[in-house]
Amino acid sequence: MSMLSEPSTSTAFDVHGKPGERTSAPATTGRRDLVDPARCRQWLRDMLMIREFENRCMQQYQDKKIGGFCHIYIGQEAIAVGCTAAVRPNDPIVTAYRDHGHALARGMAARHCMAEMFGKIGGCAKGKGGSMHMFDREHHLYGGHGIVGAQIPLGVGLAFACKYTDEVIDGRPNSRVALAFLGDGALNQGAIHEAMNLAGLLDIPCVIICENNGYSMGTSIHRGTTMGHDIISKAIGYGIDGYVVDGMDVLSVYHDMSAIVEKCRRESRPAFVDMRCYRFKGHSMSDPRKYRTPEEENQYASDDPIGQLKLHLEERGELTEAVLKEMQKEIREEVRESIAWAEASPEPPMSELYHDVFVEPHGPFNGTSLPQMLQGKDLR
Amino acid sequence: MSTVTVIDPTVTATREIEFRDALREAMSQEMRRDPRVFLLGEEVAQYNGAYKVSKGMLDEFGPRRIIDTPISESGFAGMAIGAAMMGLRPIVEFMSWSFSLVAADPILNNAPKMLYMSGGQFGCPIVFRGNDGAGGQLGSTHSWCVEGLFSNVPGLKMAIPSCPEDAKGLMTTAIRDDDPVFFLESERMLGMKGHVPDGDYLIPFGQAKVRREGTDCTLVSFGRPVNFCLDAAAELAKEGISCEVLDMRTIRPLDIDSIVRSVRKTNYCVVVDQSWSFGSPGSEVASQVHQHCFDDLDNFVHRVHSADVPTPYAFNLEQEYLPNARRICEAVRSCLYRA
Ligand SMILES: Cc1ncc(C[n+]2csc(CCOP(=O)(O)OP(=O)(O)O)c2C)c(N)n1
Ligand SMILES: [Mg+2]
Repeated sequence: MSMLSEPSTSTAFDVHGKPGERTSAPATTGRRDLVDPARCRQWLRDMLMIREFENRCMQQYQDKKIGGFCHIYIGQEAIAVGCTAAVRPNDPIVTAYRDHGHALARGMAARHCMAEMFGKIGGCAKGKGGSMHMFDREHHLYGGHGIVGAQIPLGVGLAFACKYTDEVIDGRPNSRVALAFLGDGALNQGAIHEAMNLAGLLDIPCVIICENNGYSMGTSIHRGTTMGHDIISKAIGYGIDGYVVDGMDVLSVYHDMSAIVEKCRRESRPAFVDMRCYRFKGHSMSDPRKYRTPEEENQYASDDPIGQLKLHLEERGELTEAVLKEMQKEIREEVRESIAWAEASPEPPMSELYHDVFVEPHGPFNGTSLPQMLQGKDLR
Repeated sequence: MSTVTVIDPTVTATREIEFRDALREAMSQEMRRDPRVFLLGEEVAQYNGAYKVSKGMLDEFGPRRIIDTPISESGFAGMAIGAAMMGLRPIVEFMSWSFSLVAADPILNNAPKMLYMSGGQFGCPIVFRGNDGAGGQLGSTHSWCVEGLFSNVPGLKMAIPSCPEDAKGLMTTAIRDDDPVFFLESERMLGMKGHVPDGDYLIPFGQAKVRREGTDCTLVSFGRPVNFCLDAAAELAKEGISCEVLDMRTIRPLDIDSIVRSVRKTNYCVVVDQSWSFGSPGSEVASQVHQHCFDDLDNFVHRVHSADVPTPYAFNLEQEYLPNARRICEAVRSCLYRA
């Protein structure tokens, strides 16, 4: 599907490099105008929401309301928004630790996401998972996962289960596709390669989306990954179709992903997407980003996915200043409310320490093997 | 590397440096004296280490000896083991020991078994090192205390310092050791300051240190929780309970003699271990103490571990999960029938 919208400027910096010739499937043309303007405005809102949420997260982290590791999604919003728009609500999704954007785009309420990071009982995982581990059963989000690469075999497993349920249990054609996101650095984990081979071998309808932001912590893709300019070649080696998509443009993401996802659904086959993007902030909250220049950062800032969509709408007279202002105001309010809500949510009670280890509330603990804290104590 | 001087670090130490500096000094000193030693891992070179342990080492030793790797723990750990079989002496940094789990096969199935499986032909002089333990609100996947898992494996040595002096002395010993050494650091302690001699010195493996003398109860611990024990001992002293705190410094080999000596004096023993209780260094110590001190004990050995659950993220739950000073005090009082 080759780079659909060429990078906007003649690029002095190109962290990804020229892709190879082998990208699969032709581009659909003239599609940018096909999207209903109301839907476009919704995507703008979704991206602004993630942006505002992440900005406020950074503040909350500085204020020590959020602990542990916190990975900010700013710059990559078009991917979570465009990809979730391209699938059906019950198509399962799994991602890595940079997961707030996926959670929000999938429909998790900002307050549940924020409260999770605050370590409060109102969080999506009762405060037991934290920033890197967003789970939302209702919205078919199978996690945020902290170990690099771990989620890709899981994603293939989600897709396996969809196909199995449809074809083996219900006796009908496969109807669902799983999306499994990973970073460019994660490509170097063995698990990814085993999972791709399995997906290719067993015809598993999983779209593996590499959010290729050009860096794995302080290591640029070219310092850490062979064939870094052409990572789809790795998937092609496993018999999987590969696509290069401009991840800074939500319209490209939506259109390309829609085509890819529907093909995978129809053919019950995996696909691999080199989703080219740039992370605007540090790797995590403790990264001073000394490994890249302000010039490079500035250049990519001009590709800002939010700016691109705004421009697209404005050029077509589909977004007025007043509408935008109102939208921004609502979003600020919603995020502010999520913080207040998270703040007010109680800490998880101590009994939560021992809950959810097993499906049985206290697991196979009984008699003298009951955890000390559960022995005759008041658990609030 | 046979001639070794064993220096008692407390004798010569005048300056104070951080735990991370102590680790770096040991690695750098060894790299200066032995060209076979090199360091590899994620972000160790150009980024100066994710936790700045290897800061400046790329400048001094260059990219052939300070090697940045992709996020391929299984690959680079296995590669380093191969290099060690050929006689090099790699130091492998895991950004966190939690990430070593994806390299479980090479580090557990190859390194510690190579000498045995080859009938003594191929040794594996390698150091695996990185952050271990919970306490930073990193959640379940990133908070492993691998001493619980890995100390089960014969053929490896395991060092776990609790202070900067020991970090340097144990690291020097680890690098000169001819067998695989699992070296467990703690992100929570990297900024801890302490007196550390500037010369090179070795702290022999299998020699516990008495960190605090006492008469009423022996506290046995490893790594970061030794510091929790010292806090608890200070607290208990106010109640008139005198604790002797033993810092084991290595889990394998385990200096059981020092434990026995202390327990024969105090008649009570509490083991504090940050790994999970089931099949752990703590349960091993308890079992050995029961075996050797059966007639000396006035109560069974009490144990304080991390709670037997995956590590929670929420601050309040994680604090309670840890073998913290409060839980240690409770265990000591209970052991001494003073609860
Ligand atoms: C197995 C494993 N090794 C190392 C880490 C530490 N780590 C977390 S994120 C990261 C970089 C990943 O980069 P990339 O896959 O490109 O994703 P991005 O952060 O750019 O979204 C590293 C090394 C980890 N979490 N798991
Ligand atoms: Mg990346």
